[in-house]
Amino acid sequence: MTRKRRRLYIVIAALLVFGGATALVLTALDDSLDLFQSPSQLMASPPPPERGIRLGGLVEEGTVLKSTDGLSVSFRVTDGAQSVPVSYKGILPDLFREGQGVITVGNMGPDGTFVAREVLAKHDENYLPREVVDALKESGQWQGEATQ
Amino acid sequence: MIIELGHFALILALAAAVIQGTLPMIGAARGDAAWMALARPAAVAQLFLVVFAFCALTQAYVTSDFSVLNVVQNSHSAKPLLYKITGVWGNHEGSMLLWILILALFGSAVAVFGGNLPPSLRARVLGVQAWIGIGFMAFTLFTSNPFERIFPAPLNGEDLNPLLQDPGLAFHPPMLYAGYVGFSMAFSFAIAALIEGKVDAAWARWVRPWTLLAWAFLTGGIALGSWWAYYELGWGGWWFWDPVENVSFMPWLLGTALLHSAIVVEKRNALKTWTILLAILTFSLSLIGTFIVRSGVITSVHAFASDPERGFFILILLAIAIGGSLTLFALRAPSLKAGGLFAPISREGGMVINNLFLTAACAAVFLGTLYPLFLEAIDGSKVSVGPPFFNATFVPLMVPLVFLMAVGPMLPWKRADLAGALVRLKVAALAALLVAGLTWYLQTGGPILAVAAMGLAAWLFIGALVEWADRVKLFRASPGESWRRARNLPRAAHGMTLAHAGLAVAMAGMIGSSVWKQEVVTNLKPGESVEIAGYSLLFEGVGKLEGPNYKAERARFTVTRGGEEIALMFPEKRVYQVKAMPTTEAAIRTTFFSDLYAVIGDADGQGGWTVRVYHEPLVPWIWIGCLAMVAGGLTSLSDRRLRVGAPHRQHKSTARPAAA
Repeated sequence: MTRKRRRLYIVIAALLVFGGATALVLTALDDSLDLFQSPSQLMASPPPPERGIRLGGLVEEGTVLKSTDGLSVSFRVTDGAQSVPVSYKGILPDLFREGQGVITVGNMGPDGTFVAREVLAKHDENYLPREVVDALKESGQWQGEATQ
Repeated sequence: MIIELGHFALILALAAAVIQGTLPMIGAARGDAAWMALARPAAVAQLFLVVFAFCALTQAYVTSDFSVLNVVQNSHSAKPLLYKITGVWGNHEGSMLLWILILALFGSAVAVFGGNLPPSLRARVLGVQAWIGIGFMAFTLFTSNPFERIFPAPLNGEDLNPLLQDPGLAFHPPMLYAGYVGFSMAFSFAIAALIEGKVDAAWARWVRPWTLLAWAFLTGGIALGSWWAYYELGWGGWWFWDPVENVSFMPWLLGTALLHSAIVVEKRNALKTWTILLAILTFSLSLIGTFIVRSGVITSVHAFASDPERGFFILILLAIAIGGSLTLFALRAPSLKAGGLFAPISREGGMVINNLFLTAACAAVFLGTLYPLFLEAIDGSKVSVGPPFFNATFVPLMVPLVFLMAVGPMLPWKRADLAGALVRLKVAALAALLVAGLTWYLQTGGPILAVAAMGLAAWLFIGALVEWADRVKLFRASPGESWRRARNLPRAAHGMTLAHAGLAVAMAGMIGSSVWKQEVVTNLKPGESVEIAGYSLLFEGVGKLEGPNYKAERARFTVTRGGEEIALMFPEKRVYQVKAMPTTEAAIRTTFFSDLYAVIGDADGQGGWTVRVYHEPLVPWIWIGCLAMVAGGLTSLSDRRLRVGAPHRQHKSTARPAAA
């Protein structure tokens, strides 16, 4: 076993492992990306239903409707310029409130309603998801830095 | 007054670090013993000053001194004492101070216990430690000063984020930081070795215990964080592939690789350059892990309040630390002398494979975590990479690694007989088949992959035990003989068995809870009940409860199984008054084999409540397995060989210093 031989074996093994890893990464990236969109972007060019979307904005005041069993909920997400109807089945996060920042993950339904499989609310008083802040700035609805 | 003294102490500590980072380095280059010796008292002085600064801030928290801005923002006089203390590091500024404190502790440990290190190596290691300290103290003093005053002082504080007011999270940051900072030791030794142009077995014997300690802390820290997420967030999950979790997991993956490659340097004097590179990368990822959470560059479900202003400073700091060390590596690594030879099938070969898979897995996690950042920089589109990506990349890379994990320890150094090793593993293969068969029999309608995965976990578990049993001649010699052999076995061998078997147990837990988890979401009125996995939970209603700084609504469930009452469960919904923030407190009834997990949601206004119940099989095994891994790390650490340290420098293996 010469030094060169040994190095060759290691290089081959490394190529195999990293080549395999790259292939896995490339295939996985293709079908597990969620694209962030603001309501304005979503209304301007509705994506195909199979595309995973993260819709971010504020929960529009007065639009939260719960079903009688309390399990399904519908509300609208707005960036001030446009708003999108969202339906969701499940328990809402603790910090979900009207007028507050929210990110919903799901797909655009054929009837123009966004079907969320996950709803993320901001995590504490001072924190608004950066994507939501950017979306609000873009639509001119940003009110300046959150209370500090 | 004490606060100003604390602030001043931190500035003095920075000055001490500047001295420690310059004079001993120059001394080591010139061979000046007096200048080199300066590093030790400087490191100890730095520790005392930082401890003083930390105590000053803690004192402000305990006495609720609301003239300090940091205390105002993160504390409240009604908060329980434990959370007043943990509030010190429950925020950005304070956690930076904790980082510096742990760094100073590690640095002075080298100064105090490093008597048997060659003086020039010791001076250089402490010098590099000081450079890291300078970066962090400057960052803290200039951009995130915890000692800032506020005038006029408000009457009370804004309270700590209620999610952080929890025993699990109280000790999660110190553990995690001890892990991150612990890897700074391996880094400092690596940089010092590059400057010295010398890596040998003695060097590895010094690096390994620090790496082991850091690894054990990081394992514990990650497990604690995961446990907290599991019971506190109320989602019934223990890992979300959130960027914050990923950045702590990446140094763990590379640290695990480093742990193994350092053994090869120590025993066989091979893989030296690679080990140095791993040490640099592991700490670089720790730095990224510390900063990425705070810089706000990555959107995370559970990030601290973020401040983009600090981003620039952070970027400069990362560029200097990572870019500088990699440049030094590129310049000096070629001058390191190559080490021993080995056949592809050998213990060393096994370690190489281990390292390849761990680094590939780390690279995949790295890509998935930072891809949104890259993409946004390139074309401005915002995406997020979710759990499906990590499941599709990370898991396939772990399967071969876990399979080979049982084989590797069976192989002797230098050249091994693969067939012989596999024959020794026939018991493990049998166990794997048995467990897979049992899983097949027990599960109804689950995926076939889960059956194979449980078999794989059994293969690793029994494989680890077989290796240990062979070494102590269990059942093949008299019990007395086995006992004697077990006592003579190095602690590191026991540690390895424990850690490998622990991983197998944790793995079984992860598989079980991901595949056979059951969830029921429903609306219940008092007197109604919900059925899950053979349990029946009778909802008896919701009562009010008052805590020290919160109000709660507490539901009462009576759990029955087969008509027999077995437990009461009390999930809560709390509202912390100062922040007016609601939190969910799950009720968990745990047995050795599964958890029953109940959460209440909102009232529907007509007497009903939303209720969510999970049955999570094998989740307790995750925590048991992680504990075993930490215990394995600590057992290895207590090995005599590692304590003896560096005195036995091998003369034949030392390379010439490339330049001085």
